[in-house]
Amino acid sequence: MATLIQLVVSGLATGAIYALMAVGFTLLWQTSQTINFAQGEFVMVPAFFILEAMYLGAPFWLAILIGIALSLLLLGLVFKFVIVDPMLKHGVLPLVISTIALSLFMKEMVKNFYSSQAQPFPSLAPPIDLHAFGAVISTQSLTVLAVAIGAVVALHILLHKTRLGRAMQATAQNPTLAQILGIPVRRMVLYTFLINAVLCAVASTLISPIYLAKFINGEPLGIAAFLAAIIGGFNQVRGAILGGFILGVLDNLSAAYLSSTYRGAFPLLILIAVIMWRPQGLLGRVEERTV
Amino acid sequence: MNRLGAIIVGAAALFVLALPLFLKPYGIYLGSMWAVLSIAAMGLNLTLGYAGQVSLAQGAFVGIGAYTTALLMHAGVPYPIAFVAAGLVCFSVGWVLGYPALRVQHHYLAFVTLAFTALVFLVMRNEEWLTGGTYGLSGIPRPVLFGWSTNGAVSFYYFSLGVLIALAAGTWWMLRSPWGRAFVALRENPIRALSLGLDTRRYTLMAFAIGSSIGGLSGAVYAPLVQYIEPLSFALALSLNLLLMVIVGGSGYFFGPFVGALVAVLLPEWLRVIQSYYLLLYAVLVMVMMAFCPDGILGLLHRALKTMIFKRNPPQPALQPERTSR
Repeated sequence: MATLIQLVVSGLATGAIYALMAVGFTLLWQTSQTINFAQGEFVMVPAFFILEAMYLGAPFWLAILIGIALSLLLLGLVFKFVIVDPMLKHGVLPLVISTIALSLFMKEMVKNFYSSQAQPFPSLAPPIDLHAFGAVISTQSLTVLAVAIGAVVALHILLHKTRLGRAMQATAQNPTLAQILGIPVRRMVLYTFLINAVLCAVASTLISPIYLAKFINGEPLGIAAFLAAIIGGFNQVRGAILGGFILGVLDNLSAAYLSSTYRGAFPLLILIAVIMWRPQGLLGRVEERTV
Repeated sequence: MNRLGAIIVGAAALFVLALPLFLKPYGIYLGSMWAVLSIAAMGLNLTLGYAGQVSLAQGAFVGIGAYTTALLMHAGVPYPIAFVAAGLVCFSVGWVLGYPALRVQHHYLAFVTLAFTALVFLVMRNEEWLTGGTYGLSGIPRPVLFGWSTNGAVSFYYFSLGVLIALAAGTWWMLRSPWGRAFVALRENPIRALSLGLDTRRYTLMAFAIGSSIGGLSGAVYAPLVQYIEPLSFALALSLNLLLMVIVGGSGYFFGPFVGALVAVLLPEWLRVIQSYYLLLYAVLVMVMMAFCPDGILGLLHRALKTMIFKRNPPQPALQPERTSR
C-alpha cells in the first residue's frame, strides 16, 4: 500500500508535467492546426536557457524568469513568425516535416554549442522526504504537482473566465465566425503560441531536476505529450490534462508491477486501445469532417 | 517533357550501372546503401506521396524485414524464401496496424506509427532470446543466387540494384493500373473518390500495407549488406530520415525517393569537413526547403522546366474568347 501511494504520487507529479506539455500541444492544434513535432525539444531547451543565465551569474529565480522570457521570444514569437506562418499556406504536411527538422535542429544546437553531457539542474524545493501513511513522499514531487496544477488552474481561469480567453476559444472553434464578430483572430493565434512557450518553459523547469538537462530528452518527452493529448482528447484542454495524469501514473505502476523493460510499451498499448474504441479521446468531442 | 524525362532516367540508369568502374569499395558500399534506402523510401512514397498519409514506421518495417531475413537465414532457410517472407510479414503487420489507425481522419496514422516504431524498438531490444537484444544479430551471410555469390562489394551492389529495379518496375506498373490511379484519387480529393464508389479506407489501407511490405523488402537487402543488425539502427531516427528523404526528393514524384536517398547518402560524405554540424545544416536546409518549395527537389526542377518551356513558346489560348453581346 505504501509503495502504491508513493508510485501514484510521483506518477501524478510527472503526469502533471506531461499535462502541461499536452495542453500547449492541443492549444496549437486547435487554433492553427499546427502539429508541433518539436514539442519535446521545446521542453528540453528552456532548461539550457536557465542554466546559461545561471552560469552568467543570475540567481535561480531570476534565471527562471530569463528562461521564460527567452522561451516567449524564441519558442513563441520566432517559432510562429519564422517557421509556422510561411508554411501554413502549404497545408499541414510541410509544417509537420518542418517541425521534425526543427526538433533535429534544436537537439543539434544544444549538443554542439552547450554540451552532450547530462547537466545537473537545481530543484525548486529542497529534497526532504515526508512520511505519510507509511509512504515516503519527496517534497520535490509535491512542489512539481503544486506548480503544475497552479499553472493549469491559471490557464483554465484565463480560458474560461476572461473575455480574452473566450475570444481565444471562439478563434479555436470557428476562426471565420470569430473574425466576423470582430475578434482579432491573428492576435489570438499568437497568444496561444506564447502560452505554449510559457507552458513549455514551466514544464522544463519542473522536469529537468528529475531527468537532468540533456539534449536527447526531447524525444521521450515529445512522445509523452502526443500520447497524453490523444488519450485525453485532441480537441479539449481538459482532455489533455486527464491524459497527462493517466500517462504518468500508468507509466509508474506498469514499470513497478508489470515489467520494467517494457515500461514504454504500456502507454502505447493504451493509445492504440483508445484509438480503436474512442478515437476522439476520452474527453474529446467528435469533430465533423470538413471538406 | 516526357522524352526529356526518359532521356534523363536512361542516362541516370547507365551512370548507376557503370558506377563500380570508377569507385573504391567504400563508394560501392554507399551505392548499395543508396539502393536500400531508395527501396524503403519508395515504399513510403506510396503511403505518403500517393495515398497522402504520414507514416513514421517505415524504419520499423525495414527493421522487421531485416530481422526476419537474418533469423530465417540463420535457421538455414534459403535467401529467396527469407526475402519473400520479410515482405509478407511486413504486409500483414502493416495491415493490422493500419486498420485501427485509418478508421479516423487527421494525422492519426502519424501518431500510431510513431508509437509502433517505439514499440518495435522495445521488442527488438528486450527479446534477447529472439533478437539478441542490444548485441543484435551478426554474421548474416550474403546470398548465393543460382550459383552466383554476391559476397563481393561489386556483385552485392548489382544485386541490390537488381532488387531496386525490379521493385521500381513493379511499383510503376501498379501505379499505372486502375488500382494505383485510385491511390492518387485518394490524395487529390478523398470525398470525390468516395462519391465515385471507391472504398477509400480499403485503398488507403492497401497503399499503407504495400508501402510497408516494400519497406520490409528493403530490410531484407539491408541485412546481408551490413551483415550485422542491432535495434538502434531501426529506432525513430531512421523513420524520420526516410520521411525526410521522400519529402526532400519530392513526395508524389515517382523518382523523388531516389533523389532523396541520394542526398541522404551523399550529403554526410560531402559535408564530412563540418563534422558534427552536418545535421544542423541538414535541418536548416529542410526547413528552408519546406518554406519555399514543399514539393522537394523534383518539384523545384519540374517548376523550373515548366517556366523555361513557357518562355520559349508561350502557350496559345486554345480557344479565342467569344465576344458575346447581350
